[in-house]
Amino acid sequence: MTETADTEGRTDIRVYLVDDHALFRSGVRAELDRGDGRSPVLEVVGEAGSVDEAVAGVGHLAPDVVLLDVHMPGGGGAEVLRRARAAGTESVFLALSVSDAAEDVISVIRSGARGYVTKTISGRELADAVRRVRAGDAVFSPRLAGFVLDAFSDRPGAAPPVDPEVDQLTKRERDVLRLLARGYAYKEIAGELFISVKTVETHVSSVLRKTQTSNRHELSRWATDRRLV
Amino acid sequence: MEGVNRTDPPARGPAAPAEPWWVRPRTDGDPGATVPVSRAEAPADGAGGGGRAGGGSAPAAGAEPGAGAPADPGSPHPHGPPAADAAAGQSATTRLPARPTLTRRRSGRMLGGVAGGVADHLGVDVRWVRAAFVALTFVGWAGILAYALLWVFVRQESAPVDRTVSRAEQLQALGLLTLGIGLSLVAATSGSVVLGWIAGPLGLATVGAAVVWREADEAQRRRWARDARTRVVGGRAALLRSLLGAGLVATGLAVFLVGNLDLGQVRFGLLAALATLLGVAVLTVPWWVRLVRDLGEERRARAVEAERMEIAAHLHDSVLQTLALIQRQAGDQREVQRLARGQERELRSWLYGPGGRARGGDGVATGTDTTLAAAITRVAAEVEDTYAVAVGPVLVGDAELDADLRALVLAAREAMVNAAKHSGASEVDVYVEVEPAAEGEPGTAEVFVRDRGRGFDPDAVDGDRHGLADSVHARMERHGGTVRLRTGAGEGTEVRLSMPLAQEGTS
Repeated sequence: MTETADTEGRTDIRVYLVDDHALFRSGVRAELDRGDGRSPVLEVVGEAGSVDEAVAGVGHLAPDVVLLDVHMPGGGGAEVLRRARAAGTESVFLALSVSDAAEDVISVIRSGARGYVTKTISGRELADAVRRVRAGDAVFSPRLAGFVLDAFSDRPGAAPPVDPEVDQLTKRERDVLRLLARGYAYKEIAGELFISVKTVETHVSSVLRKTQTSNRHELSRWATDRRLV
Repeated sequence: MEGVNRTDPPARGPAAPAEPWWVRPRTDGDPGATVPVSRAEAPADGAGGGGRAGGGSAPAAGAEPGAGAPADPGSPHPHGPPAADAAAGQSATTRLPARPTLTRRRSGRMLGGVAGGVADHLGVDVRWVRAAFVALTFVGWAGILAYALLWVFVRQESAPVDRTVSRAEQLQALGLLTLGIGLSLVAATSGSVVLGWIAGPLGLATVGAAVVWREADEAQRRRWARDARTRVVGGRAALLRSLLGAGLVATGLAVFLVGNLDLGQVRFGLLAALATLLGVAVLTVPWWVRLVRDLGEERRARAVEAERMEIAAHLHDSVLQTLALIQRQAGDQREVQRLARGQERELRSWLYGPGGRARGGDGVATGTDTTLAAAITRVAAEVEDTYAVAVGPVLVGDAELDADLRALVLAAREAMVNAAKHSGASEVDVYVEVEPAAEGEPGTAEVFVRDRGRGFDPDAVDGDRHGLADSVHARMERHGGTVRLRTGAGEGTEVRLSMPLAQEGTS
C-alpha cells in the first residue's frame, strides 16, 4: 500500500480497490493506472482482499472512491459499507461485481453505494464511472436501472406507497431510467428528453436516493422474489 | 451526501418494516435454504440425546450432576454436519464456555470410561463421580442404570489422551466398584427373599454384559486404529473375553430361570424365550448402537461425496472444456469472446438462475419458457452464441407467453439478428418492459433492440432483404403490434416493438 504524496493540490482521484480476487484487483489496477488521457487522473492508492482489511484501509487512507466487490467472505460489500460508514468515512463507494443478481445489486445500493457496475465493464467506462461518483453523481448500469424500474413499478395489487416523496418515481425519473435501461448515455438521454445533462444527473441522483431510503414494502418483496441473473 | 444519518435505515421512517428489508426473512412462509437443514438434523441426533435424557430420568438420577447434565448438550460430538454447526455456531460460541463435550474416556478407565468422561465434562475429580454412582446404586439401582445408559449412548473420545492412573487410584476404583456391587446386593437380598433370588443371578448377568460391552469398546478402538496386527492379537483375547461375558450373562439368566422353575411349564417356556431374547439384546446393544451411528455417518459422507463429484463433473464439462477451447482459438478474438460469454451465461444460470445451486436448487432450469422474460433471455443467448456479439437483455416486468407475445419474441429475435449481422457493433442492448393494464388502458409489452453500429437508410434497403419487412413488420402487424424504427447512417439503429397485452395474463 503506497500512499503517494499529495502534490499539486490533490486533483487526482484516489481510488481504493476491494475485491477478494487478487487477479482481478491487479487487472483493474493496471487498467486504471494506464489511464485514458482524461482528467482528473485516477490513482490507485491501495487495495484490500477482505472485509476487515477493507474497513481498516478505508479508514486509514481515506480514499476518494472505493471500488467495492459485492461478494466477499465475511459479509461482502454491504458489510464493508456498513462498517466503514459507521466509522464515519467520507469516501464514496462504487460497487463493482460479477453478480447481476437483483438482491446483490439492490442490497449494496441500499447499504449506501453510489452506483453499481458489473465487472465486464471496459476500463474506460469504469474510469468514467469513478469520476462520476466522485463528482457526486450516481452511476446506474442499464441492468440496475431495470431493477429499480421494476421494483418501483405499480403492479396491480401492490401496496399503496406510504410516503410518496420516497416511495414513488416521478414520470420524468421514470423516463430517464427507462432510457438508461435501454442503454442510452446521459448525453443521449438529455437529447431525447430535451433536458440538460445536468438535469439527467439530478434525476438519477434522486432515483438513487429513493432506492436507498424508500421503505416501501414492495421494494423489499421485489428484491427477494426476483430471481434474475 | 445525505448519508451519515442513514446508516441505520430501520430507525427512521414511519413505514411498515421494522427492520432493514434486506435482512428480513421472506414473509410468505417460505423458509430460507439453511433453516430446513439444521432442523432436519435435529432428529438425526435425537437418538443420542433422547437416550441420555432417558438416563437422566431414572429415579433420583436427576439430582446427580453426572446423570442430569448429559441430557443438556444436544449435539456435543462431531455428529452435526457443517451446515448445522455453522447455523448454531454463533449462539454456541457465546453461550457455552470451553467445556469439553461429554465423551467416555478411552485410556485410564476402570470399566466403561463413563465416570472419567463425566468427570472431564464437569471438571470435577473422578473419584467423586465414582462415589456418586455407587451411592446412587442404593436408590433403586439408579447408579447402575445411569452408568449403563451412559455407557451405551455416550460415544468414546475419538483421540486417545495419555492419562497416568496410579496404582492407588486403580485399587481405590476397584474397591469402590466391589463395594458398590456388594453393598447393593446385600441391601437387595436383605430386603426380601425374592429380590435376593433375582439380584444374585441378575447381578451376575450384569457383570457379564459389562465385560462384553467393554470388549466392544476395545473392538471399536482397534477398528479406528486400523492396525491389522493388533486386531489379530486382540482377536483371540477379545473373543475369549466376549465368550466369558456371554457365559456370565447366560449363567446368570439360567440361574434366574432355574430359581423360578416351580412356576409351571408354560410360564417357564415364556420366561426362557424372553430371557434368551433379553440376553441377546443386552449382549448386542453396542453393535446395534454402532450400526445406527455408522449408517448415519456413512449416508452423510456419501451425500457430501456425491455433491462434490457433481460439482467437479459440471466444472469439468463446462468450464474446463471452454478454457481448453479458448486456448486453442486464442488468435480469434471474436470466437474467444463468444466462448467466454456463453460459458459465463451457462455458469450464471447454473448458480443463480431459477433452481440454481446458489439458491439451493440443483442447477437445472425448470421446464421450458412460459414467460416473456425467460423467452427473451433465451433468444438473446442464442443470438449471442450464433453471431458472437454481446446481447444483454434488461427486463422490467413479465407476462405469461401467449401467441401474440410469442410473435413479439420472434420479431425481437429477428431484430437482434439484424443488429448482430449488419450493424458491425459488438454489443446489442435489449430492453423489455411489460406495462400491466391500468384503469381502462390495456397493458403493453415493449421491446427495444438497439445497437451503436453503422446504421442504415431504411428506404435504400434492397428488396431481397426480407428480414425486417417480413419477420418484423408483417409479423407484428398480424398480431396487432407496432414497429418503430429509428436509424440513420452512422447513428446506430433502434427497433421498438410494441405489442398490446391480452386482458389477463400479466404478472
